[in-house]
Amino acid sequence: MLCDRPLPLLAALLLAPLLLGVINRTKAIFAGRRGQPLLQAYFDLIKLLRKSATYSHTTTWVFRAGPVIGLAAVVSALALMPLGGMPATVAFPGDLLLFAYLLALQRFLTVAAALDTGSSFEGMGASREVLFSALAEPALFLSLAALVRETGCLSLTALVEAVAVRTWLVQGPALGLVTVALFVVLLAENARIPVDDPNTHLELTMIHEVMVLDHSGPDFAFILYAAALKLWLFAALTASLVFPVRTGNAWADGAATVAAIGVAGVAVGMVESVLARLRLVRVPEMLVGATALAGVAVVLVLR
Amino acid sequence: MALFVLSLLVLGLSALLALIVRRHDRLAMLAGSAGAIVGGLLGLGPAMVAALGYPVAPFAMGWPLPGAAIHLEFDALSGLFLLPTLLLSVLAALYGAEYLRSYQGSGRLGPAWCCFNVLVLSMALVLTARNAVLFLVAWETMALVSFGLVVLDHERPESREAGWLYMVATHLGTAFLLVMFAIMGERAGSYDFGAIQALGHQAGTVVGVPVLGHAHGAALPASLLFILALVGFGAKAGIMPLHVWLPEAHPAAPSHVSALMSGVMIKTGVYGLLRTLTLLDGAQAWWGWLLVAIGVASGIMGVLYALAQHDIKRLLAYHSVENIGIITLGLGLGVLGLAHGADRLATLGFAGALLHVINHALFKGLLFLGAGSVAHASGTRDLEHLGGLLRRMPWTGGTFLVGAAAISGLPPLNGFISEMLIYLGAFGSLAEPGPVGMSVAALATLAGLALIGGLALACFAKAFGIVFLGEPRSEHAAHAHESGWPMRLPMVVLAVFCALIGLLPLQVVPRLAPAVTVASGLHADAVAGALGGTLGTLRGVTLIAGLAMLLTALLAGLRRGLLSGRQVGTSPTWDCGYLRPTPRMQYTASGFAQPFTRFFRGFLCTRLEVLRPAGLFPAQARLATATPDPFQERLFGPLFRASAQTLSHLRGLQHGRIQTYLCYIVLALLVLILWKLR
Repeated sequence: MLCDRPLPLLAALLLAPLLLGVINRTKAIFAGRRGQPLLQAYFDLIKLLRKSATYSHTTTWVFRAGPVIGLAAVVSALALMPLGGMPATVAFPGDLLLFAYLLALQRFLTVAAALDTGSSFEGMGASREVLFSALAEPALFLSLAALVRETGCLSLTALVEAVAVRTWLVQGPALGLVTVALFVVLLAENARIPVDDPNTHLELTMIHEVMVLDHSGPDFAFILYAAALKLWLFAALTASLVFPVRTGNAWADGAATVAAIGVAGVAVGMVESVLARLRLVRVPEMLVGATALAGVAVVLVLR
Repeated sequence: MALFVLSLLVLGLSALLALIVRRHDRLAMLAGSAGAIVGGLLGLGPAMVAALGYPVAPFAMGWPLPGAAIHLEFDALSGLFLLPTLLLSVLAALYGAEYLRSYQGSGRLGPAWCCFNVLVLSMALVLTARNAVLFLVAWETMALVSFGLVVLDHERPESREAGWLYMVATHLGTAFLLVMFAIMGERAGSYDFGAIQALGHQAGTVVGVPVLGHAHGAALPASLLFILALVGFGAKAGIMPLHVWLPEAHPAAPSHVSALMSGVMIKTGVYGLLRTLTLLDGAQAWWGWLLVAIGVASGIMGVLYALAQHDIKRLLAYHSVENIGIITLGLGLGVLGLAHGADRLATLGFAGALLHVINHALFKGLLFLGAGSVAHASGTRDLEHLGGLLRRMPWTGGTFLVGAAAISGLPPLNGFISEMLIYLGAFGSLAEPGPVGMSVAALATLAGLALIGGLALACFAKAFGIVFLGEPRSEHAAHAHESGWPMRLPMVVLAVFCALIGLLPLQVVPRLAPAVTVASGLHADAVAGALGGTLGTLRGVTLIAGLAMLLTALLAGLRRGLLSGRQVGTSPTWDCGYLRPTPRMQYTASGFAQPFTRFFRGFLCTRLEVLRPAGLFPAQARLATATPDPFQERLFGPLFRASAQTLSHLRGLQHGRIQTYLCYIVLALLVLILWKLR
C-alpha cells in the first residue's frame, strides 16, 4: 500500500469535467452543430460555486450533507482507480470492493437527499435510480470476478496492470464481453442514453437529474463535479482494459490511458447520438443482459 | 464462571420476582428491567473473556433426569454469540422500561418481564449448554417464553395468529432436533456434547449410526444428521422457505422484544448449526453448496419481500431473513473450504459469518428499537402514514440512518466489514485455480451478495426516506415526539458500536480467530494466518474511510465558507411551477417499490386492488397493494389445511371423558409391557 502516487487522482480531479466536454462535442458534431465550448463544465462549476443557495422548507440536514459526503465518497473511490499502467494512489488487495461500495454510499446519500425534499418527482427518480443500480451491481461484480479469475489479482491497480495485449490474445472473447458489460454499467451508472438523457427537460422522464432538482449553488456544483468524477472512474476502468498500453514507463502509460479515456468519451457521445432512450421498463432488461454477458465471460475464463 | 452463574441466577430470580409482584406495575417493571440489566452486565465479562479465546472454567452439576446434566461450558464460539446476546438484552431491557409503560394498569407487566428475563436466561443457557437434554430444555423454554411475548397483545387477532404460527414452526423445528440429538446420544451412549464430539472424531468422516435401537447396525452417514440440524435450526434461524413465522411473529411482539428476537434469538439457530458442525467431524462439499444455495435464495428473496412491505416492522423482519441468508452464505463458503482443504476460504467464510452475526445483532437491534420508537411516538407502523420524522425525532432518525447505512453494507460501518470478509473469501478462491465446484459457489456468492447489497440499499433508502424525510403524511406523524432517554440511549449505544466496528476493523477482525478456530476445527495457526492476510485490506479500508471523513470535513468547511456572507434563501420544494404542494403529493412507499414489484413479479405476487377513476367527473378511486408471503400462501397453507383435514378423524379420540383417557393409559402400559417381555 503506497500513498505517494497522487498523479492518477490529480489527473482525474483536473480532467474529469473535460470528459463531459468531449462527449458533448462529439454529440454536437454528429448533430451538425458547433456545440458548447469544451470547457463548459468548468465554467458551470465556477459559476455555481460563486452563487448562493436556496433550500426547501421541507429539507433537513440530510439534504445538505448529501452532496458533501457524496463528493467525498467519489473522490475516495478515485484514489483507488489506477490510470492504466500508472498505479492508483492507494492500492491494496480487495480495494475493488471498497470502490464499488463507496459508489453505493454516494448513491444512498443522493437518494436520501432526494427523498428529503418530499417532491414526488424526486421520489420517482430515486426509486428508478435504486432499481437500476441494484441490477447493475451484479454485472459489475461478475465483470470484476472474470478479471480477478484471469489475472489472479484482487486489487484494481494490480488487475489493470496485469491485463496486457497478450491477455487479449488468449482471452479475447471473455475480455470483450467484460468490456461490453462494463460499458453498459458505465452508461447506466452515469445517466447516459439509452438509460437516462442528461439533456432532457421533462421531469417525469428523468432519473439522475430529477433527484437533484432542488439543489442549488455550491451544493449543486459538488453534485455535478461528483458526477463528472464518477464518469471518469468508469471510463478509466473500461479504457484501461481496452487499451492495455504497458510500456513500463508509468508516464507514457498514464498519458496513453488518458487518451483512451477521451476515446471512451467519444464512444459515449456516439452512442448518445445514434441511439434513442429505452423505455424505462426496458432498462432492467438491458442491465440483466449485461449481467448475462459478464456471466458468460466468467464461464469462458473458468474453462 | 461463577460470575456467569450469578448472572443466570439474577435473571431467574428477577423473573420470579416480577411475577410475584405483578399486581404492582412499578415494582414488576423495576424488578424485571433491573434484573435483566444487572444479569446481562454480569454475564458480559465472562462472555468477553471466552470470546477472546481465554479459558473459562466449566460448570457441571447433576440433574435427576435421564441423560441430563447441567453442564455449562464456555468456548470462544459460545462467548462470541453471548456477547451480542447479552449486550442487546441489557439495552432492550432499558428500552423496555419506557416502552412498556403504556401497558401500565393492564396487569401484563409482571408476566411480560418474567418472560423477557427468562428469554434472556434461556438464550444464555442455549449458548453455553454442553448437554443435549439441557440444550433442548433451554431451547424449548426460549420458544415458549418468546411465544408469551409475541401474544402480549392477545386481544388482537393478528397477534394470536402470529403466536400460533410461531408455535407450530418452532415446534416442528424442535422435532427435527429431538430426532437428531436422540440419534447422536444413542450412538455416543451419552448426551454430553463432549462424548458426541469424541465419537465424531473417532469415526472419521462418517458417524456410524444404528437406526433407533440396538438391533440394526446400519450406518447412516453424518449427512442425515446435518440435514436434520439444517431443518431444525434453520426453522429457528428463518432460512427460506422455513422463514414464514418470522415476518408474522417479530412485528407482533413489543419492539424491544422484536429487537431481541430478530437480533439475537434467531442467531441461536445459526449457533446450533455451527455447534452441530463441530460435533459432526468431516464436512462434505455438498453441504457447502446447499448452504450457499440457501443463503443466496434467502438473501435475495428476503430483501425482495422486505421491499414490498408497508409495515416497517414486517419490513425489518424480512430483512432478518436476508441477513440470515448472508450469514448462511458465509457458512456455506466456510464448509466448502473445509471440504476442499482450502483453509483461507474456510476461515474467511466462517469469520465473515460470525462477524455478521454480531453486526446484524447490532444494527437490526438498533433498527427495531428505532421502529418501536416511531410506532410509540406516532401510533402507527404503516409507512404510508409516516414522514418527516427526522425533524420531530432527531435522535431516533439519526441513529436509524446509521443503522440503515450499516445494514446496506455501506462503508465505513460494520456491515461492510463482515460482507467484505465473505467477498474476500469468494474473490480469493476465484483468484487461485481450484475445483470448479468451489469457483461456481464463489461466483454465486459474488453475484448474490452484489444483488442483495443493491436491493438492501433500495429497501433502506425507502424505509428511512419515507419514514423520516419529507413531510408527515398523516396527523399521527405530524404530532410525533422524541422518546425519552431510556429509549434513546440504547439506540445511541448501538449506533456507536456500528460505527466503531466499521472504523476499527483492525482491532476487531483478528480477535475473531479463537471463535473461527472452534467453529471450523482448523488449526489455530492456519486461522490466524488467513485472518492476518486480510490485515492489508483492513488497513486500506481504514485509510480510505479516514480519507473520506477528512474530505467530508474539508468540503463541509468549503461549503460553509462559500455560503457565508451570501444570502441563503428558503422556498417550497420545486414541483414544476405548482407551488401548493401537499404532503399527499409525495411519493409513497408503494410507489417507490413499484418498479421492483413489477420487475420481480414472478417472485413477489403483489396483489393490487384497484378502483379506477371513471366517468367525466370521477368521484372516487382507490388503490391498495399487498404482498403476502407466497410460501405461506401456496406451500404451507395448503399443506397444513390438508393435514388438518386428514387428521381431523383423530379428533374422536379427544372428547374429555376421563374414564376413556384412563383406558388409553392402561392400554398403552399393557402394550409397552408386552413389547418389553417379547
